[in-house]
Amino acid sequence: MPTITIDQQEVQVEAGSTVIQAAEKLGVYVPRYCYHPGLSVAGSCRMCLVEIEKMPKLAISCHTQVQEGMQVRTNSDQVTQARRAMLEFLLVDHPLDCPVCDQAGECDLQNYYMEIGQHDSRFLEDKRKAKKASVIGPHVILDQERCILCTRCTRFCEEISQTDELGVFNRGNRSVIDLFPGQLLDNPYSGNVIDICPVGALTEREFRFQCRVWYLRQQDSICTGCSRGCNVSIHHNPSRPYKAGGKRVQRLKPRFNPEVNRWWICDEGRFGYQFIDQNRIEQPFRRVSGELEAAGWDAVLEEVSTALEAVLEKFGPQGIGIIASPQQSNEEMHLIHKLFGELMGIEQIGYRNPWESEGFHDDFLIRADKNPNSRGAEEIGFNNDSRSLLEKAASGEIKVLYIFQHNFESEEAHELLARAEYVIFQGSNWTKTADFCNLVLPSSTHAEEDGTFTNFEGRIQRFEQVFLPLSESKSGIEIMTLLARRLKYEWPYTDSSDVFLEWHGKAYDDLEDFGELI
Amino acid sequence: MSVQKLVSEYFSNPEAKELAWYRRHGGYEGALKALDEMKPQEIIDEVISANLRGLGGAGFPTGRKWSFVPRDTGKPIYLAVNADESEPGTFKDRYILEWDPHRLLEGIIICAYAVGIHTAYIYIRGEYVRPAETLQGAIEEAYQEGVLGKQVLGKDFSLDVHIHRGAGAYICGEETGLLESLEGKKGWPRLKPPFPAVVGLFGSPTVINNVETLSHLPRIMVNGSQWFAEIGCERSGGTRLFALSGSVKKPGVYELPMGTSLHELIYQHGGGIWNDKALKAVIPGGASAAVLTHQESDVQLDFDSCIKAGSMLGSGAVIVMDEDVCMVKAAHNIMRFFAHESCGQCTPCREGTAWVYRILTRILEGQGTPDDINSLLEIGGNMSGTSICALSDGAAMSFRSYVNKFTSEFEYHIRHGKCEFDER
Repeated sequence: MPTITIDQQEVQVEAGSTVIQAAEKLGVYVPRYCYHPGLSVAGSCRMCLVEIEKMPKLAISCHTQVQEGMQVRTNSDQVTQARRAMLEFLLVDHPLDCPVCDQAGECDLQNYYMEIGQHDSRFLEDKRKAKKASVIGPHVILDQERCILCTRCTRFCEEISQTDELGVFNRGNRSVIDLFPGQLLDNPYSGNVIDICPVGALTEREFRFQCRVWYLRQQDSICTGCSRGCNVSIHHNPSRPYKAGGKRVQRLKPRFNPEVNRWWICDEGRFGYQFIDQNRIEQPFRRVSGELEAAGWDAVLEEVSTALEAVLEKFGPQGIGIIASPQQSNEEMHLIHKLFGELMGIEQIGYRNPWESEGFHDDFLIRADKNPNSRGAEEIGFNNDSRSLLEKAASGEIKVLYIFQHNFESEEAHELLARAEYVIFQGSNWTKTADFCNLVLPSSTHAEEDGTFTNFEGRIQRFEQVFLPLSESKSGIEIMTLLARRLKYEWPYTDSSDVFLEWHGKAYDDLEDFGELI
Repeated sequence: MSVQKLVSEYFSNPEAKELAWYRRHGGYEGALKALDEMKPQEIIDEVISANLRGLGGAGFPTGRKWSFVPRDTGKPIYLAVNADESEPGTFKDRYILEWDPHRLLEGIIICAYAVGIHTAYIYIRGEYVRPAETLQGAIEEAYQEGVLGKQVLGKDFSLDVHIHRGAGAYICGEETGLLESLEGKKGWPRLKPPFPAVVGLFGSPTVINNVETLSHLPRIMVNGSQWFAEIGCERSGGTRLFALSGSVKKPGVYELPMGTSLHELIYQHGGGIWNDKALKAVIPGGASAAVLTHQESDVQLDFDSCIKAGSMLGSGAVIVMDEDVCMVKAAHNIMRFFAHESCGQCTPCREGTAWVYRILTRILEGQGTPDDINSLLEIGGNMSGTSICALSDGAAMSFRSYVNKFTSEFEYHIRHGKCEFDER
């Protein structure tokens, strides 16, 4: 392991590492455009030039491999001058249309200009003209004038999505990024080029003109789109909720996790957050002469507890069936197990939707199981066949069926549900299932509560509460707690961290950053 | 004139391109000597002591270049012959290709045998239609007569030679741009290291040599390295082809010993400045080389002397400018070329060349500002030593020399908004 010195600090790194990696290890940030740790080295932006003793000229730190005893300076006058020069070059033909650019606020041209540029322009000529605002795929819009030709996007399409839609055309300063003839940037991972574009050349169609990025707040979360459990940040707009039609979530961005998704996320996951703000069940409902009518929490919880107690007394726990959901957190499911399984003695607890067909999957990130926490449900021990629970409910063997979150879309399920005696539905969004229920309890989404999911390979990963539950909805933890107390059970939990501590034996903050395998 | 012609002897002899004629006049003797009597390492040593240097422009010692090639990688070794002659003012290799193609093929055989190469690619400039046809004819004849193929000249050594025609990009003459293009990719120069000698064509060790360089090998084999080294000057052996153009009476290709004076080339061989005007400036080695003023122009034409004079011998393209040439227009002309030919891969070259061209255009249009001169020099500095390949350095070296050495002409354009030479 060679030892090298960067800005008077020594660091030991593995042989074959590059200088920029060694600097990273020291926490020394070298400005860069084309370098991305998840892609091959292009070495073309020349922004990461550093001074290395005994080398005749500045060297790019992204390509130069460390050698024992190397003396590197990342902040000498010569380096600073070169960086300023590269920045000036890149701004020469840049349209400077920041006021109408979505990247403004998170743009590396702006960032480095403030950090190392701040020069007056001496460019008096006409700027290069190229295609602006051209739609190149279902999610991505391209502005060739803003492009600095770092080729991160073309390398992504070559190396990561392996779909090769984008290339560099022409020569010199007439060079442009564009689609190959007859192509569209339409692959399952196309949105990633937006994230890795360091400037405003590739922006998101869905996010376009929705919100300036400086209004956004971020919270760590986990994608609920499949059982991979890609790490994401939820970007939301707490300060101007009246913008964007009241939508709180503005966008999802992947979050680096070397064990799960590295820097990437699929488009399905990236754009699959709409359910958090749309089609939500905003208050409790009860069915009165065939129609669902709004009701108060108190009344609904009273009805639930009365129904459960009555069945327990008359038919025992065999009279009750529970269908939990692999969309729920480990903590919620732990409480379902606690309340219904341990305290009430109910054995008929399932979680799987038997009519759910296998979804699209590939050999990269996308899994066929579209639930974030099937593994968690298995680990807790929910193993009953949901179909037989529905059948028992239809035949009258099960008197009360409590369904969490599910969307049973099949006709068969609807026929069974229609025949069931008494069905309680607890969920965040309106589904077809709710049409057949006697009671509807509005619960929060994962963005409105802390919790963990266990991904397909058994990795327990934390997600954080982003904002409060919408309208009158309550978190699953709170609903279980209110119900347990109404049923007069001993109940030590006040929030999800208590639950996590009990089942995983540690506090949320002590969970490893990249998750823990069970 | 008693100048020895090592590679230009057959120029303008239409019979020389025929294999039989070439062989009757001593052709392929050098290759036969190498194959019969010499071990590969002996050839490399011989070329090192001949002081043969890369005549494409960089002047790197040829034998040393060969010796960097690793032999134990388990991969084939390739030879890429750089016939993408495109440095403005350079038109020497085309003479060899058109008039004496077998000399090149013989050189290729010698190099291949010395380095252990069995496949050679000749990357030829796309515009060189006739040279490519002539060369193709020579290759076909060589195969038919057993000069190339499974048994080269009847010996136990195989060699295949292929022509690859370029598509019109200056940058594909840069050796790693050439390799990319040869592999079917966009001609973007590669990051170095690794160098082509180690990781070159198709990821294999590769020798890249210029047409003229290889064409010297047959005579070095026949006459020996000492003979060759003595023709030239210290550290630059033999002769070199100079492509003389511009304001001279007799432009053309002249073969002269390394170290010949620039004035001898211009005044003796080139017949002097046309219309008997005065010499104003001269570029000694292609458009990328710094311009020399007439006061600086009394230099020896060899690699080291030209570097000492603040320029470079480059591709041996000598461009002469007389007293009536506007140096702003000359710089503008050159920068139009570099801006057009920059591959666009790295920032300083892509943006720098295009920016400088636009500033010079603005000055010529009468819209220059006093700050432009400083800006040009600074931009040139920022383009130097920061890019992937040498195009940016060459362009900067070139235009900065015009601004530095002929500042008053730029000032005149800026102040008066017109050209002082238009009124003469």
